[in-house]
Amino acid sequence: MSATPLLELRGIDKSFGPVQVLRDVAFAAYPGEVTALVGDNGAGKSTLVKCISGIYPTDAGQFVFDGRPVNIHSPRDAAALGIEVVYQDLALCDNLDIVQNMFLGREKRSGIVLDEPTMEQMAADTLAGLSVRTVKSLRQLVSSLSGGQRQTVAIAKAVLWNSKLVILDEPTAALGVAQTAQVLELVRRLADNGLAVVLISHNMNDVFAVSDRIAALYLGQMVAQVKTTDITHAQVVELITAGRSGGLGLTGEPATNGNGAAPAGSTTGGVS
Amino acid sequence: MSTTAVKQEGPAAVTSTPSVGSHVRDYWRRVRGGDIGALPAVLGLLVLCTVFSILRPSFLSAGNFANLFTQGAAVTLIAMGLVFVLLLGEIDLSAGFASGVCAAVLANVVTVLGYPWYVAVAAAVLTGMVIGTILGLLVAKIGIPSFVVTLAGFLAFQGVVLLLMEEGRNISVRDSVLVAIANRNLPPLLGWALAAVAVAGYAAVQLLRYRNRAARGLVTDPMAVVLARIGGLAVILGLAVYMLNLERSRNVLISSLKGVPIVVPIIAVLLIIGTFVLHRTSYGRHIYAVGGNKEAARRAGINVDRIRISVFVICSTMAAVGGIVAASRANSVDPNTGGSNVLLYAVGAAVIGGTSLFGGKGRVLDAVLGGAVVAVIDNGMGLMGYSSGVKYVVTGVVLLLAASVDALSRRRAAASGSR
Repeated sequence: MSATPLLELRGIDKSFGPVQVLRDVAFAAYPGEVTALVGDNGAGKSTLVKCISGIYPTDAGQFVFDGRPVNIHSPRDAAALGIEVVYQDLALCDNLDIVQNMFLGREKRSGIVLDEPTMEQMAADTLAGLSVRTVKSLRQLVSSLSGGQRQTVAIAKAVLWNSKLVILDEPTAALGVAQTAQVLELVRRLADNGLAVVLISHNMNDVFAVSDRIAALYLGQMVAQVKTTDITHAQVVELITAGRSGGLGLTGEPATNGNGAAPAGSTTGGVS
Repeated sequence: MSTTAVKQEGPAAVTSTPSVGSHVRDYWRRVRGGDIGALPAVLGLLVLCTVFSILRPSFLSAGNFANLFTQGAAVTLIAMGLVFVLLLGEIDLSAGFASGVCAAVLANVVTVLGYPWYVAVAAAVLTGMVIGTILGLLVAKIGIPSFVVTLAGFLAFQGVVLLLMEEGRNISVRDSVLVAIANRNLPPLLGWALAAVAVAGYAAVQLLRYRNRAARGLVTDPMAVVLARIGGLAVILGLAVYMLNLERSRNVLISSLKGVPIVVPIIAVLLIIGTFVLHRTSYGRHIYAVGGNKEAARRAGINVDRIRISVFVICSTMAAVGGIVAASRANSVDPNTGGSNVLLYAVGAAVIGGTSLFGGKGRVLDAVLGGAVVAVIDNGMGLMGYSSGVKYVVTGVVLLLAASVDALSRRRAAASGSR
């Protein structure tokens, strides 16, 4: 039902020396939807994200953003397109307050003087737009915030710049139950506001709670990208661990999978 | 809490302006949470002044009060520069002798080579900038810990001072302008005028900020608190100028001695500039960011290396200004200018004032408050007739005390922060 994807990747290859980390990866993120990117440790999730955000150059493949083919060579290019990444370690300064953190490196100024009222107002508007009510004062130091509040600030920082695509790297990994619910609610709201959201997560409950689509990486290959409603919990786990599940995933010829995939696939297959 | 609940005025009451009471409670909560700022320095200053004036009434005399400023000026100026380096969690151990090198350059240019005073001052300041650039490049680009780089600088600059002094002679500074910096006073009326300008300027900044924020519907400090701040500054400045304008000459018939020492406005102007840079410009914001989380600053697109180099330049340049004031006060430069206790007093002043040795926390004002504490200890114990030995021990203990307060309040803040 969704029209065109906001970001579409085709045939992405990426190697570090002799190790091929991504092979022929296709991926799409749609506006107004949360796309969950799942995969086991070492499947290539982080590498894929770093390719999208311009930190790593790709070896082959093309990026289509908003219908136009684009090249992303640096984080600056990605930011110019409206792609923001919220990393697992949140990259906030404890000794600065919420507003200062949200505008870090991109402060609003009038002349050489910082324009604090404008920044505070923009920050307040952004947080209000996300229906965030958990922070008491915008001028409190980040060191006094809880994990969930910090995550909220980090996400709000990414949204502040009229970004179109927000990538969240394990936003709930270190959070308690209540805070996880808060952050997931926020993630859902980002998508409802029309942004394309990519959520990297290991937690299947989170994935099924908020995502519209699930993309599964298995040893550097995109084995499936399907709607969340068309797939079951168990199938996703199978895709993550074995690379296939029923009609989904790799279409079983181990020879083409190369040296790495076959033994790993057979062992996990034996377990399940 | 109950007051805000009572006067609910529609939806605007959600972000109601805090009352004076809630403001004071907020401050108290921050203090208990480990964010004590300059509180120990202010309390320490009050206690020290009370003790000394009871034990030695001459401590409170107008003459001694003026002495305090000129005695503490050089250390305070060096400490003001050190704050920038400490904000990044780095240290500059060479600042003392860097000021010595700059003073030696000053003396050589003005006395030996015979150039006018402004050429000498420019040469000294330029020397400071070059020293800072070299230190900063070694720390940021080569990656040597600042402790090691500046320890090497400490030794090397000591040697440079000796070389510039041609093995231990001292060079006198007789230029009337240079001597005036630390030894002359402003005319009493000018002192009053400057104090009035300072208070008016502060009031204008505070009130404009209040109006700007209120106009945009942002949370403001209560008007009473804003007025109290302005009033407080007016009272402190008024008292200080009054004290300094008292006649302190032993024999008025021979010469009159009154007025604000010229170093005071110099320190005040540098304090205002430093505070403005740290709190009102993006450069200052980036210094705090790098001191708080270097990786976050890098990801935010801040050029971390450039910030690190620049703070060493600022520190050594301020050391140069300190060196000029020291040379002026002593009327000469000798191989020990900027040596012995100068560096440790300066680091002590910054830390006692509330600047953290761990980086990310501190203000230029801290250096001034801490400098005052150091000057009062030095001066008061001198009046009591204690030897230098005792003075060093006491200053060392006070520095240790300040550093433990810093470390403990950090722990406290970490504990209350993860609430």
